[in-house]
Amino acid sequence: MNSVQYADQIFVLLKQWLVSLFPAPLQTAVGILITVVTIICVFPALFAVTTILERKGLGRIQNRYGPNRVGPFGIFQPIADGVKALTKEDLVPANADKIVHFLAPVMLVIIVFLAYAVLPMGRNMAAVNMDCGLLFFFAIGSATEVAVFMAGWSSRNKYALLGAMRAIAQMISYEIPLMLSAVAAIMIAGTLNLQQIVEQQAGYSGILPHWYVFTPWGLAAFLLFIISATAESNRSPFDLPEGESEIIAGYYIEYSGFKFALFFLGEYLGMFSISAIAITLFLGGWSAPFSFLAWIPSYLCFFGKLVAMICCFIWVRGTLPRLRQDQLMNFAWKFMLPMSLFVIASAVCWRYAESWQRWALSLVVVAVPYLWLGHGMMNNRKLEQRVYRYAE
Amino acid sequence: MTLSFLIPAIILLIGAAAANVLRNLVHCVLALTLTFAGFALLYLGLGAEFLGLVQLLVYVGAIAILIVFTVLLTGGGVQGERHVLSPRWFQGFVLSVLVFLLLGYGITKSSFTTHAATSVDSYPVSLIGDRLMTNYSLPLEILGVLLTAATIGGVVLAIREPRQQTKESE
Repeated sequence: MNSVQYADQIFVLLKQWLVSLFPAPLQTAVGILITVVTIICVFPALFAVTTILERKGLGRIQNRYGPNRVGPFGIFQPIADGVKALTKEDLVPANADKIVHFLAPVMLVIIVFLAYAVLPMGRNMAAVNMDCGLLFFFAIGSATEVAVFMAGWSSRNKYALLGAMRAIAQMISYEIPLMLSAVAAIMIAGTLNLQQIVEQQAGYSGILPHWYVFTPWGLAAFLLFIISATAESNRSPFDLPEGESEIIAGYYIEYSGFKFALFFLGEYLGMFSISAIAITLFLGGWSAPFSFLAWIPSYLCFFGKLVAMICCFIWVRGTLPRLRQDQLMNFAWKFMLPMSLFVIASAVCWRYAESWQRWALSLVVVAVPYLWLGHGMMNNRKLEQRVYRYAE
Repeated sequence: MTLSFLIPAIILLIGAAAANVLRNLVHCVLALTLTFAGFALLYLGLGAEFLGLVQLLVYVGAIAILIVFTVLLTGGGVQGERHVLSPRWFQGFVLSVLVFLLLGYGITKSSFTTHAATSVDSYPVSLIGDRLMTNYSLPLEILGVLLTAATIGGVVLAIREPRQQTKESE
């Protein structure tokens, strides 16, 4: 091994060395424990960084400073937030279903952490190398709906129940395009194993990598996946379940203190894991973006891409207004779902056609339905400059 | 009996018992969800990775939510207190025993039990995909048509017909 490979595999070697310190019967358990503890430490730390990044970024987008009191430039704000959440009184409504009310945030966080088991965070760096890793991710992710329902129902609050129903309806609707757009990538890669999907995208033409996002079907599938992922993680512009103006805070309205922080954590960790799946499926996982950057350790590439995705999410949140409920459902069922079916057809063209014809065919199969469906969504309305009746 | 069988089996039995005994209907649904998850664990423990994950995806992710919606829309979550045993518990008991005996008879007489000794690791997901697309493509297509018909039927049932309603109201 040369120094580049050492840098790449340093965490894998470190784990092997740590495990070898223990007697043979304990080694499997210790190996699992080290991996789990690492995941539980790293991603909540990333969550803390993201909260300050988000508040600062949104502040800048909205032409204000954002938090700047705690520490230099306000960078210790997450610590202050954490202390506040821990020391706050834990209120449970008198009529609430105590057990279910307690279990909901715990279950949400457990489910969200389980999804991290299959994510390849670097070369040889996945907790479990599962044969159907992607299926595991979606299966675990679908259980979050139960946790959301538990939170909304057990609070005995109509706003909480409304928020939970909104969240579940939205998650079920957007789960379909999410999975169908992932199917396109699975068809081309020919495997459900996330590490093999990354390996399928290895290699470079010139300096550009063979990522799926650089193909017509891949770009369309990636955009569909990201939009569905935003809706799945209940983030703006799809944050109707939170809807501060009409249902106050949605399903976690009756939670305070650290239980609320757990919901917050679960939401962000869900966003990270689904971004990581998008990176794995379409952005080449842990491979470097250019051939001359191949010396960068794989985990740095992965986390770099993850932070870039998070920044995009923050940018979208600061830019787009919230959708209305009917717009949300129409968009899911009349645009996203048919479009994802056309993306699958486009991937088939890419799989079976040759050389330039595959580019032309898969481009046409994606672009024509896009224009057609987009025209349908516009509903004969014309885009023109907005007229403000009262503000001017 | 290994630990990988015992733990899911205990979860499954507790979930099933709770789903029968609990008074509140929503609690019963949650206990039933636990049972579904226990089944998924059992399948995973038996080496049927694909089946276990699909069980989790379909039953916990979709069917449990469907039951929840049904319970809430029919007002079952509101009326909390009710008797554990319904007045017609004996008929139900006889019926369930008959179903159990029928299923048990079918399983013991089937040819599956004689092949149970084959190793479970010989069925990867890719093989299931291959078989579904080659040997079993016709059943797959028929199932697809059936589900599409069911979806269209659901839409037809749910769709509102504003023109007829306005005529009637006039």
